[in-house]
Amino acid sequence: MKKFGILFLALFLPLFIITLLGFDDKEEAINNAPTHELKLENYTMKAKRHTHEVVDHTTFDELQQDFENAHKVTEACLGCHTGRHTEIMETAHWRWERDEVIEGKGVVSLGKKNILNNFCIGINGSEATCTRCHIGYGWGDKSFDFNEPTNIDCLVCHDQTDTYEKGKGMSGYPAPSVDLNLVASNVGSPRKENCGVCHFWGGGGNNVKHGDLDEAMLDCSREVDVHMAAEGEDMSCIECHKTENHNITGKLYALSSENKNRVTCEQCHTDKPHNDKVLDDHLCRVACQTCHIPYYAKGNSTKMIWDWSTAGQLGSDGHEMHENDADGNHKYLSIKGTFIWDDHVVPEYYWFNGIAKHQLIEDKIESIPVQMNTLDGSYKDKGLCQKSIQPSKIWPVKVHRGRQIYDTVNKTLIQPKLWDKEHGQGAYWKDFDWAEASQKGMDYVGLPFSGEYDFVETEMYWPLNHQVAPKEQSLKCLDCHARENSRIASLGDFYLPGRDYNAGVEILGIFLIISSLLGVLTHAAIRMLSSRKRKMNQHLNN
Amino acid sequence: MKKVYLYKGYERFWHWSQAVLVFALILTGFEIHSSYSIFGFENAVKLHNIAAWSFLVLTVFTIFWDFTTGEWKQYLPTSKNLKAQIQFYLSGIFKNAPHPAGKSILSKLNPLQRIVYGGLKIMVFPVMFITGFLYYFFHYPSQGIELSSLESIAVIHTLGAFAVVSFTVVHLYLITTGHTVTSNLKAMVTGWEEVDETASRHIEEEIMAGSKTVLKPVEKKKAKTERKPAEVEA
Repeated sequence: MKKFGILFLALFLPLFIITLLGFDDKEEAINNAPTHELKLENYTMKAKRHTHEVVDHTTFDELQQDFENAHKVTEACLGCHTGRHTEIMETAHWRWERDEVIEGKGVVSLGKKNILNNFCIGINGSEATCTRCHIGYGWGDKSFDFNEPTNIDCLVCHDQTDTYEKGKGMSGYPAPSVDLNLVASNVGSPRKENCGVCHFWGGGGNNVKHGDLDEAMLDCSREVDVHMAAEGEDMSCIECHKTENHNITGKLYALSSENKNRVTCEQCHTDKPHNDKVLDDHLCRVACQTCHIPYYAKGNSTKMIWDWSTAGQLGSDGHEMHENDADGNHKYLSIKGTFIWDDHVVPEYYWFNGIAKHQLIEDKIESIPVQMNTLDGSYKDKGLCQKSIQPSKIWPVKVHRGRQIYDTVNKTLIQPKLWDKEHGQGAYWKDFDWAEASQKGMDYVGLPFSGEYDFVETEMYWPLNHQVAPKEQSLKCLDCHARENSRIASLGDFYLPGRDYNAGVEILGIFLIISSLLGVLTHAAIRMLSSRKRKMNQHLNN
Repeated sequence: MKKVYLYKGYERFWHWSQAVLVFALILTGFEIHSSYSIFGFENAVKLHNIAAWSFLVLTVFTIFWDFTTGEWKQYLPTSKNLKAQIQFYLSGIFKNAPHPAGKSILSKLNPLQRIVYGGLKIMVFPVMFITGFLYYFFHYPSQGIELSSLESIAVIHTLGAFAVVSFTVVHLYLITTGHTVTSNLKAMVTGWEEVDETASRHIEEEIMAGSKTVLKPVEKKKAKTERKPAEVEA
């Protein structure tokens, strides 16, 4: 028995070690998933969170007045909150532009004020309606005074009554129905509802633009968003988008280009959140969002394609048309063209180092589809002494594709005038005349229009950050590390284990194995035959 | 014929645990290569890493053992009997001819085994270790050693894996080519093998004559180490 002791030990020991370390408490970990304690820092759990006590503003005499207009409310606010307007006036929420460096273009003013997108294109010439989402009163055209403190709208962000509403086409002024006295005396820290009214509804409808910011997140399940889920942590936007002196951290690459003032998962989840070295190592080149946002637009559909070229068709009665798809989303609007929506969308994946470029309004169109913004990055960009301080990471992105108007002679995109209160002012949404709308819009921004126009395909990139899924639903290894249907099949600039292989090596290897097998089998066969022959000969000789 | 204690306790322990680890590495490695699915990708990666670390520990320890016991000399290639050994596999074996190279405690491996096992030890395994560790530590080449891509490492590592599989196929078959079909297997399990006394003595005399001063003390040491595993077992 002793003889076999070593064999037993030799076979058993490695298996024991492997089993002990390799399968650790995998099953247990999965079973305990919801209760498994998260690594967290800089965060107070809901259970321990004490609500921010806001002074009862109803007791203030300053607010107990029938406000003549909205400016008077701001005056009252600033009467106590002295100097706060200077903070506001520095923010992009107020200025709708910021100075940022774009590679090859230098310092450029970027923002909703001047950049074009492939949704409603741009605000210029149509401010009165677009600035319904501006935190100010009265931005109806270029004459708006950005230095007048009482032009600031405090209420849209601080209202706690959910009765405040800006009027349509009113340059950011509140709707006539709003009771300013009630709202002014019920103010507090911004809630999801305050941020959402613009950030959910950007682009003229719920979840149109981002795909991961949806009014459903006001009251959603963990499946839609683990952070904002009503039955979960029920986090508000500013829980992550930390704010000091009215500078709300975080920004989106639809409108910005530099890698700064960002919100990161790491600020709470640490840079080693997994209790697993191999998974944690992924963070070096894979954004958290890539695995943890497996689908977006989980609450409601988002717009995927917007084709302006079909706009302008009127019904037989000469009226504007509204057609909806089966899910109730706009399929065709005379004023805007044709749309395609989708929900539970699989993101597209790109290398991204935190730096974006933009097609500015004066830029020539050099390639089609026109890249409204491009996310910089590649596998080779390792971030050291290179363009960015961090290596490029793989990011999930919503790509919005469109077809929009451009100047075929000047080879630039066109800013058309879309909106006006009245017919006959050249606004496309009233008069349905592209040439006139383009002339008006380009005159407004001071750029040439040749009179010739057509429609060109465009692409716009929206890195995803919200609607993080419960961890059980995050991507698994095989979602990427697979030869077939790898989510990152399109990222071909590097070798990914499990996805990639060298065809020559495969052929050589398989050839090697097959020839060994054949060799061995042939040898064995000859041995058996010759031994049988030998035995027969022995028999015969005997 | 005489029964000789040819493979010492540690040698057998090393051989069989290496067998298990190499099997585990191959099995999990090709799963990571997406050749099939058994454990699941994540488990395959974990098992592969643990088996690799274990294999490294075992290998380092065995190299140490090889040098302290002088067993490393078993792997020194020799041209003596090389041709005869090849001819044996190509024709002699079919005619029931005797093995051209006899076995002895001082020379357990035939000339072909010396080359192949030695090659595994100093070529294939080290290459697999080095590429494996580059794979493990530089899979996100962002710091330190600049690797433009994992591809070159992966290609070498995969080639090595295919080579090990081929080796295993041939190795498993050659087990059956001993004195009897099972005598090699029995020897590696128990340590004892029947060897041709005269051939064995002949080899020993030859080696002794070549390097009397070196080998004598080694032989003594062997006699000591030989007992130890047995004692542990008891």
